[in-house]
Amino acid sequence: MKQPPRSLLRRRPERRRQLLAAAALLAIGAAVLTACSGSGSGKAELVWYTNPDAGGQAKVAENCSTDQYTITTQVLPQDAGQQRIQLARRLAAQDSGIDLMSIDPPYTAELADAGYLAPLPQDFQSTLTQQSFAGATASATWKGQLVAAPFWSNTQVLWYRKSFAQKAGLDMSRPVTWDQIIKAAGDNGGTVAVQANKYEGYVVWINALIAGAGGDIASDTQAGVNASIDVSSPAGEKAAAIVHELASSSAAPSDLSVSNEGTAAATFGSSSGAFMVNWTFIWTNYDEAQPEVKKDLGYAMYPETVQGEQARPPYGGINIGVSTYSNHVDEAMAAAECITKPDNQGVNAELTGNMPASAAGYDYAPLKKIYPAPVMTLFQKSLDAAAPRTVTPYWSDISGSLLSTWHPPSGVSPQTPQSSTTFIEDVLHGRRLL
Amino acid sequence: MSAATATAAQPEVPRSTTGRQRRSDRSTAENRLGQKLVAPAVVVMLLVTAWPMLQALYLSLFRYRLTTPNDRAFIWFSNYWTILKDPLFWHDTFNTVVIMVVTVAVELVIGFAFAMVMHRVVFARGGIRTAILIPYGIITVVSAFSWQFAFSINNGFVNSWFGWLPWISADTNWFGSHWPAMFAIMVSEIWKTTPFMSLLLLAGLSQVSEDMVEAAKVDGATWWQRLWKVILPNMRAAIMVAVLFRGLDAFRIFDNIYVMTKGAQNTESSSFLTYRQVIEQLQLGLGSALSVLLFLTVLILAWLIVKLFRVDLAQARGEA
Repeated sequence: MKQPPRSLLRRRPERRRQLLAAAALLAIGAAVLTACSGSGSGKAELVWYTNPDAGGQAKVAENCSTDQYTITTQVLPQDAGQQRIQLARRLAAQDSGIDLMSIDPPYTAELADAGYLAPLPQDFQSTLTQQSFAGATASATWKGQLVAAPFWSNTQVLWYRKSFAQKAGLDMSRPVTWDQIIKAAGDNGGTVAVQANKYEGYVVWINALIAGAGGDIASDTQAGVNASIDVSSPAGEKAAAIVHELASSSAAPSDLSVSNEGTAAATFGSSSGAFMVNWTFIWTNYDEAQPEVKKDLGYAMYPETVQGEQARPPYGGINIGVSTYSNHVDEAMAAAECITKPDNQGVNAELTGNMPASAAGYDYAPLKKIYPAPVMTLFQKSLDAAAPRTVTPYWSDISGSLLSTWHPPSGVSPQTPQSSTTFIEDVLHGRRLL
Repeated sequence: MSAATATAAQPEVPRSTTGRQRRSDRSTAENRLGQKLVAPAVVVMLLVTAWPMLQALYLSLFRYRLTTPNDRAFIWFSNYWTILKDPLFWHDTFNTVVIMVVTVAVELVIGFAFAMVMHRVVFARGGIRTAILIPYGIITVVSAFSWQFAFSINNGFVNSWFGWLPWISADTNWFGSHWPAMFAIMVSEIWKTTPFMSLLLLAGLSQVSEDMVEAAKVDGATWWQRLWKVILPNMRAAIMVAVLFRGLDAFRIFDNIYVMTKGAQNTESSSFLTYRQVIEQLQLGLGSALSVLLFLTVLILAWLIVKLFRVDLAQARGEA
């Protein structure tokens, strides 16, 4: 057989390589074009950036998908601060890949003020205002307008071991104060579990303590960086006194300065567990792992900061925002209306333990099988009394400044409120680093 | 005899003028070709390195925050002034220097010991070298999590294993105050990067002439004398490279602190502070100013380390 010339032998693999490379490029190009054109059926694809959960939001996305659009979910980081960072950076870059987003309430005003949230139609705002708890509406309102749709609302209650309260002689059918539970736990070898790591959870506690004494962290927030910082007040001093009292008491868990929701639950589940303030998910937290703790689990209204003054429990939750830069704002708005319907709030609550933002959401039948009526009543009563964190576009500065001056809890003194006020003002005006 | 003295002792070869001219032409041509060959790389380097630095320098002159785009204003060097008079900046710089000095010093000693083991070991050489190098192969974030769990008050083993020490009990909260938290961070850093130090020192150690060590031995020098008078002086360039690399690396410490304390208990480093301004606070102006300052500090540090070791880098590279 005649051999082909050597030059051809050399060239053939080269040509094959070139052909292969061209084919690969075509394939990649086709894939990119397909990805850009969505599903290819003309049906819009709405991308909803959600906070991590046990599948509640994905289920609601499925329920709310229609013939016109499909809602898909992308999961944001676990930490609320990291969720804010990712959303803010993408929105600042005018990323059209976000249509809907789950926003932690304290950061709603910041995104709205920057113009990143599409305005909600007036009739949608009216529906939301009518159906939502007052705290939920307040957390999503900026400059007199509802800028995001409250989806779920959470609150903290006081969880206690029934056997311990009985041993300590505390009557839990009546409101209790922080002083009482710290003393009862300290005197009887128990602990008071709170969230006091250097993170947003600690600010939630500080805010609840200050609000419980009738104060505010800040007011006149529409003035932006010139807002009035009110931490240095009798309410702030009372809050600092309680933090100091717990930190210097034997009722303080040994991991107090690094405690979060999870470690607080673990402390409460340990042999020294006595009292704990924590979110509503605790009701099902011990079902399988520690049934004996579940049997002994009592619940009551959040402790009072000042005896006789109504406690102001923390408010948390998720608001749904529609991105200004979405290519499908109308469809995304319709999707947000569906997502925040009370029934879908109920679906989410059933799967995740994150309770609805509306009283009507609590009527969702399956919820009543999981939560006994008194627990549901307590959650709603607590939401009515809840104090959202200050609504301001500068919440992350205020929150970070509070953490810098109030952490660790053992370092909190009567001077802390004054020093934190000065520090927050300096940070807001760019005079100090945070 | 060192390589330098050996070169100096060689008799000088007389060179004719034409020969020098010819070599010069050739070297000029080679130089030109070399420049052409590296030009694309230089362009790419400028694009990926210099451009972001210039951009940071430009942004540092602005008051600019991502979530208040309308409030952007040119404020000259005001950000630098704000930073330099802020105690937090100096505190975090102090933390960074402490971490750098302590970890590099400890790593130098342990790393040298490991290098000696790897150099001298005659049995199971591969296994021992692998065992020593494993920590360096582990991703920093993973090792930081491991050490965070190890020091955790809830489920860590440090408190139970070392409970026999008088200052450690089951309730010791390592991340509850400044110095214990710094200690945990430094332990994690040392564990992770000592192998890198030992690798660099091993390279230096293998370049020390066995003849010189043997000669010193014959002259009656003890082990310590051989180490201090023969081995270490001849490893000066290798030690400098190791200290320089690890020093600058330690100065940029971020991952361990982020994972272990998130900066709580005043354990922040300079790069962590920069991260918080740029990424968390979205303060592009202040954060850029901080990153420019960090860059300048690293440059000064590198210059100081090179000066401190009095090593001729050209000689270390084997150039004439």
